[in-house]
Formats: sequence, structure tokens, C-alpha cells
Amino acid sequence: MSNVTNSILFKYATPQNFYPLAGKMIPWFWGVGALLFAVGLYISFFVAPTDFQQGEGYRIIFIHVPAAWMSMFIYLVMAMWAAIGLGLNTRLSSMMAQALAPTGAIMAFISLWTGAWWGKPMWGAWWVWDARLTSALILFFLYIGFIALQAAIDDPRRADKAGAILALVGSVNVPIIYFSVKWWNTLHQGASVSMTKAPTMATTMLWGMLIMALAFWAYAIAVALMRVRAIILEREAHTDWVKELPEVKQ
Amino acid sequence: MSAVLAIIRRDLLLAVRRKSEVFTALFFFIIVVSLFPLGIGPEAALLRQIAPGILWVAALLATMLGLARLFAPDHADGTLEQMVLASAPLGLLVAGKIAAHWLTTGLPLVLLAPVLGLQFGLEADALGVLVVALLLGTPLLSLIGAIGAALTLGLRGGGLLLSLLVLPLYVPTLIFGAGAVEAHISGMGAGGHLSLLAALLALAVFFAPWAATAALRIALE
Repeated sequence: MSNVTNSILFKYATPQNFYPLAGKMIPWFWGVGALLFAVGLYISFFVAPTDFQQGEGYRIIFIHVPAAWMSMFIYLVMAMWAAIGLGLNTRLSSMMAQALAPTGAIMAFISLWTGAWWGKPMWGAWWVWDARLTSALILFFLYIGFIALQAAIDDPRRADKAGAILALVGSVNVPIIYFSVKWWNTLHQGASVSMTKAPTMATTMLWGMLIMALAFWAYAIAVALMRVRAIILEREAHTDWVKELPEVKQ
Repeated sequence: MSAVLAIIRRDLLLAVRRKSEVFTALFFFIIVVSLFPLGIGPEAALLRQIAPGILWVAALLATMLGLARLFAPDHADGTLEQMVLASAPLGLLVAGKIAAHWLTTGLPLVLLAPVLGLQFGLEADALGVLVVALLLGTPLLSLIGAIGAALTLGLRGGGLLLSLLVLPLYVPTLIFGAGAVEAHISGMGAGGHLSLLAALLALAVFFAPWAATAALRIALE
């Protein structure tokens, strides 16, 4: 059994075999994602009850919370792929890390932007120096640093490895940054708004949020796979198998 | 150990021979700190309140200035490759270079900070806390910065990129460093902040030279 899984793993660890597999998987993730988005948005706009404190404006959390979750989770996944790429010298792992970074950055940006839209009616301010907001902003900076470093290095193998070290240093730092910002925030009580004591959520709201989170997952996977296919084509352009591809030949 | 001391001695000697680099960073620190009252206004109470933050942010930026030159000259003249080939472990040599960087850019800031703190009307005991916090925090800046300097070695626009990579990682140092002084002024005591700074320093002393060495090896491949 383990031999079988191993051989499958090794087979699809090469870009040549993974490229068509990713191509087959992408439409499925788009399809599932579109379906989940439709259901999730329907629940969030029409089924979930109006919040008695926050009114209709609270509905933005159906976008905001999944995006914030994804932005944190993608960083971990990216660091994991980068570490595998660095440790085992597997090219595809590093390509996955590179493909995930822009999606993570977009998620961080969406969570900040929708957070501001939510904050203005709820708190009366576009931005407060709350611990979560500040650490989300710094997470966004970490993504930008990772993308900028990889873009500045011409040699892809060096870009992979340098990016991996940065991602690992970043992932060690993320919890330190989070707690330092949290303590900094409690020291300056002035602007803090506590979100930890959120009122219990209606079940439909929770369902809406979970379905939206799954939709974001499907979207992130589909986009990352599309990007990794583009990266494979770019990096393997000199190989015979790429030159034989129908989409390259024409 | 003698290899580390030799590296430190060499880098200090180079710094003494090229004094302008050390003084540029130092005067940058002084000028940045002096700009804030001009931008904000001479109100003493406000200046006293924001002094720790200003001094710390200026210290971050001044440390950044020297970082781009941490490995670049040795890379340009081939010394770095000889260090990789040397019998002493590269990690130790890198640790020596980081120590020399702190001695030439961090330590002068620590010694100068109380004078600038006086300009902002900080009390003597607050100045003491500021010096202790900077003494713990500036080596941390050199250690974390060395990773960024090694990653961006020889890249186009390396200096700008370096600040993009390193400044977000400086956030905890800034928070605990400036927070120590503020906590002391507000009567809460700076012990907790200083302990956390020391803990971060211990962590960085262990990991940062190692990560910087790995990044250097990648840059030199």
C-alpha cells in the first residue's frame, strides 16, 4: 500500500506529470467553487437573519472572515511547500509556494479592505489599531516581501531557496508578531475594540460563513493550480515535453 | 573562536579606516530624530510621550542603512567566497560579522540615544530604561537584518528590497523596545518588556546567524 502511494507521490512530484493532472483538476475546483459561492452568497444575503445589533452591514463578514482565514492559512501552506522544496530539493514544491503567494496576498488585501468597510459603520472608523488588524497588515507586508524577493532574483532556483528561507523566517515570526501586537494593543487601551466576546452566532450565519470559506478554498486551489501550470510552462520551456504540448505547438 | 575574533577585529579595522560610513548612519539617526519635533511642534508633553517611539523608529532606519553594506563589499572583492572555503565554520564567521556590524552601527546609537532623549525631555530613569532597551534591541536588529542582507546579496535594488523584507520582521523589537520606556514612564515597570526583548535576543542569537549563513550559501551558489 505504502509503495503504491509512494509511487503515485513520486510520479506527480515531477512537473511533467503534474501539469496534465492539474489541468484536469482545475475545472472541478472552479465548478465546486462557483456552486459553493452561489449557495454561500444566497445564504448570506437572503437566508441569514438581519443582525439585531449590526443591521444589514454585518453581511460583509461572509466575505471578510473567510478571506482572513485564507490569508493566514495560505501563508502556512506556502511556508510548508517552500520548506519541502528547500529540504528535499523538489522543484514542484517551490513552484507551489511561488504560485500560492499572490493568492495569499490578495486574501490579506481583501480581508483588510472589507474590514475597513465593516469598521466604518460598526466602529465609526475605517481603521483602528486593533491587534488583529495590525497583524493582518503585517502579514500582508510579509507576502509582499516574499513576492518582491522572488521577483528580484533572476535565477529561479536561487529565487526558490531564498524565498523559502524568507517564508520560514516569516512563519517563525508570525506568532511573535501576533502576540507582540496584541500586548502592545492592551498596553494602549485607547483605540482597542474587543472582538473576542462576539455574540453567539445564528446557525444560518455560521453555515453561510462555512460554505463561503469552502468556496474561498476551492477558488484558492483553482487559481494556485492555474498559476503553477503557468510557472511550469515558463520554467520547463526548454524541455521536449513542453514543446510537444498541443497548447504550446499551435 | 579565534576566527570570530579575527573577523570582528578585521571589520572594526575596516570601519575605523572608513569612518564616514559609521558617521553617516549616526548622523542619519540624529537628523531623523530631530525632524519629528519640527514636524509635530515643540509641545513638551507631547514630545515626551512620543520620544521612545521616535528614537526607536529612527534606530530601526539607521540600522537598515548599514545592512546593505554588511556582506556586499566582501562579496564584491571575493572575500566572502574565501570565507566559505575557510576551515572555520561559515556560521561562526557570519556571527562575527554581525557582531562587528552591531559594534559599528548599533552601539553608537545606544550611546547617543540618551543625549537625544534629553532633547525630548525624558527623565533620567526613563533614559536609563531606554539605554537598556536599546542595548538589548539593537543586536536583535543586526541579527534579523543579517538574514535580509544575505537574502538580497547582489540583487538589483537590493537596498530597497532589504527594507521591505526586514522592516516587518522588526515589529516585535520595536513594540517591546519602545514599550519598555513607555511602560516605565506610565509606572507599570519595564521588566516584562525587557525580559521579552532578552528572550527574543536569545532566540535570534541562536537562529539568525544560521539562517543568514544558509541564505549566503544560496546567494553564492
